[in-house]
Amino acid sequence: MKIGTPKEIHEGEHRVAMTPESAAQLQKLGHECLIETGAGLEAGFSDAAYEAAGVEVVKTAAALYKASDVVAKVRPPTETEVKRLRKGQTLISFFYPGSNEELMGKAAEKGATVIAMDMVPRISRAQKMDALSSMANIAGYRAVIEAGNNFGRFFTGQVTAAGKVPPAKVLVVGAGVAGLAAIGTATSLGAITYAFDVRPEVAEQIESMGAEFVFLEFDESELPDGAATGGYAPPSSPEFQAKQLEKFREIAPDMDIVITTALIPNRPAPVLWTKDMVESMKPGSVIVDLAAERGGNCELTVMDEKIVTDNGVTIIGYTDFPSRMAAQSSTLYANNIRHMMADLTPEKDGAINHDMEDDVIRGATITHDKEVTFPPPPPKVQAIAAKPKEKPKELSAEEKRAQEVAEFKAQTKQQVTLIAVGAVVLLAVGLVAPASFMQHFIVFVLSVFVGFQVIWNVSHSLHTPLMAVTNAISSIIILGALMQIGSSSFLVIILAALSIFMAGINIFGGFLVTRRMLAMFQKS
Amino acid sequence: MEFGFTTAAYVVAAVLFILSLGGLSGQESAKRAVWYGIVGMALAIFATLIGPGSGLWLLSLLLIAAGGAIGYVVAQRVQMTEMPQLVAAMHSLVGLAAVFVGFNAHFELGNVLAMDDAARKSLDGFAALLAKKDAVEINILRVELFLGIFIGAITFTGSVIAYGKLAGKVTSAATKLPGGHALNAGAAALSLICLIWYFNTGGFLPLLLMTLAALFIGYHLIMGIGGADMPVVVSMLNSYSGWAAAAIGFSLGNDLLIVVGALVGSSGAILSYIMCKAMNRHFVSVILGGFGGTSGPAMEVEGEQVAIEADGVAQALNDADSIIIIPGYGMAVAQAQQSVSELVRKLRAKGKNVRFAIHPVAGRLPGHMNVLLAEAKVPYDIVLEMDEINDDFPETDVAIVIGSNDIVNPAAQEDPNSPIAGMPVLECWKAKQVFVSKRGQGTGYSGIENPLFFKENTRMFYGDAKESLDKLLPMIE
Repeated sequence: MKIGTPKEIHEGEHRVAMTPESAAQLQKLGHECLIETGAGLEAGFSDAAYEAAGVEVVKTAAALYKASDVVAKVRPPTETEVKRLRKGQTLISFFYPGSNEELMGKAAEKGATVIAMDMVPRISRAQKMDALSSMANIAGYRAVIEAGNNFGRFFTGQVTAAGKVPPAKVLVVGAGVAGLAAIGTATSLGAITYAFDVRPEVAEQIESMGAEFVFLEFDESELPDGAATGGYAPPSSPEFQAKQLEKFREIAPDMDIVITTALIPNRPAPVLWTKDMVESMKPGSVIVDLAAERGGNCELTVMDEKIVTDNGVTIIGYTDFPSRMAAQSSTLYANNIRHMMADLTPEKDGAINHDMEDDVIRGATITHDKEVTFPPPPPKVQAIAAKPKEKPKELSAEEKRAQEVAEFKAQTKQQVTLIAVGAVVLLAVGLVAPASFMQHFIVFVLSVFVGFQVIWNVSHSLHTPLMAVTNAISSIIILGALMQIGSSSFLVIILAALSIFMAGINIFGGFLVTRRMLAMFQKS
Repeated sequence: MEFGFTTAAYVVAAVLFILSLGGLSGQESAKRAVWYGIVGMALAIFATLIGPGSGLWLLSLLLIAAGGAIGYVVAQRVQMTEMPQLVAAMHSLVGLAAVFVGFNAHFELGNVLAMDDAARKSLDGFAALLAKKDAVEINILRVELFLGIFIGAITFTGSVIAYGKLAGKVTSAATKLPGGHALNAGAAALSLICLIWYFNTGGFLPLLLMTLAALFIGYHLIMGIGGADMPVVVSMLNSYSGWAAAAIGFSLGNDLLIVVGALVGSSGAILSYIMCKAMNRHFVSVILGGFGGTSGPAMEVEGEQVAIEADGVAQALNDADSIIIIPGYGMAVAQAQQSVSELVRKLRAKGKNVRFAIHPVAGRLPGHMNVLLAEAKVPYDIVLEMDEINDDFPETDVAIVIGSNDIVNPAAQEDPNSPIAGMPVLECWKAKQVFVSKRGQGTGYSGIENPLFFKENTRMFYGDAKESLDKLLPMIE
C-alpha cells in the first residue's frame, strides 16, 4: 500500500503526519511512503531527509491524493481535500466527527474509509496510537513555556546577592494528560505547583508529579465517577461547581500562573476562572487557557489570542500549542500514525486488513464502505480507572476485643478437644496393649510431641538443610540392621548387610551435604 | 552393664538429635547443630556395635565405611540445583532399608519360634529379645513390622519415582494408569487383607504380597502427582521414612529408633502442612493429584504482554532505589543463580536496597531457593520470606520475577473462580514496575493464565533467565 502525507493547508499548522523516521518504520510493515514536497519543512524535515529515508516526494497535493491508498494527515480535511478522496481510499487524521458531521457524510459518500485519530478508544492497548494524549502532553509542556515567556519573574525561588526572589506559584486546573505534563514542567522549573481535578482518584498522580492537590471538602458519593466516561472527567453537579469556584476565588490572589485544561467530552469547556478571579490576581500574572478552542475555562479568554486585562493579567488563548513545537509533535504524531498502521497491517506484508471487529480500529473508524460508522458502539473492553475499592469496615475497639476473645475461646476449645481425644485414644490403647508396648508407645508419643514443638521453630530458609539432616538421622534404622547382622541365618545377614551399607551412604551423604549447605549461608 | 551403657548412650544420642533439629531455627546455630547430629549418630552406632546382639562388627564397620565413601563423594559433588533429587534418592534408601530390616525381623521371629526352650535361652541380642515375648506381644510385633515394611515399601518406590521426576528421567506430568485411584485403593485393600492373614498365620506369603502392593502404591501415587507439587511429595516421603523407622523401632523394641523416627516423621508432616498451606490446597487433593474444581469461568485477562529488552531493564534498575527479586523454579532450571548474585552484588555496590522474596513453594523442595541463593553467595539476611516482605512491595521501585509464575499470580486474590483462588501469593504487581524474566508466553504449571503479565506496570523480559541476566549485567554501570 502507498501511504501519502500532504502538506497541511490550515494556516499556522506546522506539523506533518510523517517523519523520515516513521516512514522507515512504515516501510518495514511493507508499505511505500509518499510525501508532498515541503510538507515537513516547518517541522524541520527537509525533502532531502525524506528522500534519504526512501520516501517518494510528490510535487502537488492532487498528485499525492491520486497516488496514495492511505492519506495520513494532521488537521481535519477541508472540503477540497474530502473531494479528492476516492472509493477504497483511507484517510487518517484528526476529524472531530461530533462537530464535523457534514464533512463526514461527504467522505462516506465518496466511499472512503476515514480513521479519526481523536476517536481512538482510551484503553491500554491503544495508548501507543492515542494522538490526543501525545498532543495534550506537548500542549501541557508548551503552556508552561508560554506562561514563562509572558511572566516577568523566575519560576524558582532564589536567594541572590541582589536580594531574595520568591518562587512562582502555579495552579493547574484539570489533571489530565496536559495537566500532568504542565505540572511536571512547572515543578521542574522550580515553581510551587498546585493542581485541582474533580476526580479524587488522580490526587495520587498529581502528588507523584510533585504538585500539591487542592483539596475540596465534599461528600464522596456526590463526586463524579471518571471510570464511566472512559477516563474523562464528567460534568459535575451545581453544588460541586459552586464549591469549586469558591475555592478558586480563595486562592486566586496568591497565584502567579494559572493553567486551565478542563474539558468535558462533546461539551463546551466549563467556566472555572471567572472575571472576578482574574481581577483579584496580581498584575503580571499569566493565565494559559488550554481549553480556548471550546470556549475557554477562563471567562475572558479570546480564542487564538493573547490579551492583557486592565489589571495587567495576561491571558493566553492559543489553540496551536502542539503546532508551536512542530518538530516534537510531528515526531510523536507520526509515531501514533505508524502504530495505527501497524495494527492495520497485522501480517506486516503491506496489505491492510481493516478489521471492524477490533475494538481500537472499530472505535476510530468513522466512515467505512460508504456508511457513516460514527458513533462507535461502546468498546468491548471497559476498564480504565478501576473503581476505588470499598474499604473493609473499621472495627471498633469493642468489636476487636470481642473478636479476640472469640478467637481465644475457639483456640482453647480446639486445644482442649485435641488433648481430650488424644488422652482417650492413649487410654484405650493402654487398656488392651501389654505393658512392654505401652513403654515404647509413650516414648513415641512424647517424641512426636517434641518433634512438633521443635520443627515449628525451624526457619523457612533452612527447610532444605532440615530435610537433608532428617534424612541423615532417619538412617538410624542402621541400628536395627546392626542388631540383626549377628544372626545365624544367612539370609538375614545378607539383608542386614545391605541395609547397613545403604544407611551408611545416607548417614555420610546426609550430614555432609547438610554441612556443605549450611556453610554456604553467609551474612552480608 | 553393657545393656545399661547402650541405653544411656541412646538417651544422649536422642537429646543430641533433638538439639540438632532445634538448632535449625537460625543460620548460625544450625552450623553447630549439624555437629550434634553427627556426634549423636556416631554415639548411637558405637553403642550398638559394642552392645548386646551385634556380631560381625568388623564387617559392619567396613560396610559403613564403604557406604560412607559413596555418601561422601555424592555430598561433595552434588549441584545445589540437584538437591531435590538427592533428597528423594536418600529417602528411597531409608525406605528400602526399613523393608529389609522388617523382613529380617520376620525371619528371626520365625527362627526363634521354631526353637525349643533350651535353645531360646542360649540366644542373645535381638533374637533373645524376641524369645522373651509372649503371644500377645508377638502379635503386636507382627503388626508393627508389617506397618514398618508397608510404609518403607511405599517410601522406597515413591522416592524412586520422585527422584526420576525431579531428575527429569521420568515425565514430570501427572500420569495415572487406567483405573486411577481405584487401583491404589485396591492395593491398599489387598494390604489390609494381608495384614489380617499375616496376623493370624505369621506366614511369609502375605508379607510378600503386601510388600508388592505397597511398592505399587508408592509408584502409582507419585506418578500421578505433577512437577510443581513436588515440595509436598518430597516432604511427605521425608515424613514416611521417619514413620517407617519408628514402626521398625517398635518391632525391634528400640527406643532410639522410635524417638528418631517420630522426630523425622513429624518434621516431614509439618513441612507438608506448610507447603500445602502455601498453595492453599488440601493435603489430600495434592496427594490425589490435579487441581480442584473451579466454581465458574475464569476472569477475562485484559491487556497485552509488553516485551522489553535488556537496555530498558538496565535503565530501570539504574534508576531504582529499592529492588525485590522473586526467584522460582525457572531460575534453578536455567542455572541463573550466579548471574542473579552478580547482579545483586553490582546493584548493592551502588547503594541500592536489593532483597529477595521467597514463596514457601518456590522450587521443587522446601527452602530450595534459599540454598541456591546461598550457594551463589547471596547473603541470607537479604533473602526474606513471603510474610516478611509482602507489605513492602508498594514502596518498591522494581520487582524482578525470575522463573516463577503461579506464586506471583494476582488471580489468586482477584478472581474467586480461579483454581488457585485464596493461595497466598507475592504481591509484586504493587511495585512501581515489574519485570518478568520468562522463556516465552505461556502458562505455569497449573495452566492458569497469569494476569500479572498483562498489567500495565509489567514488562516481559523474554529469554533464558541466565542469558537475559548476562546480557543485563554489563549495562548496570
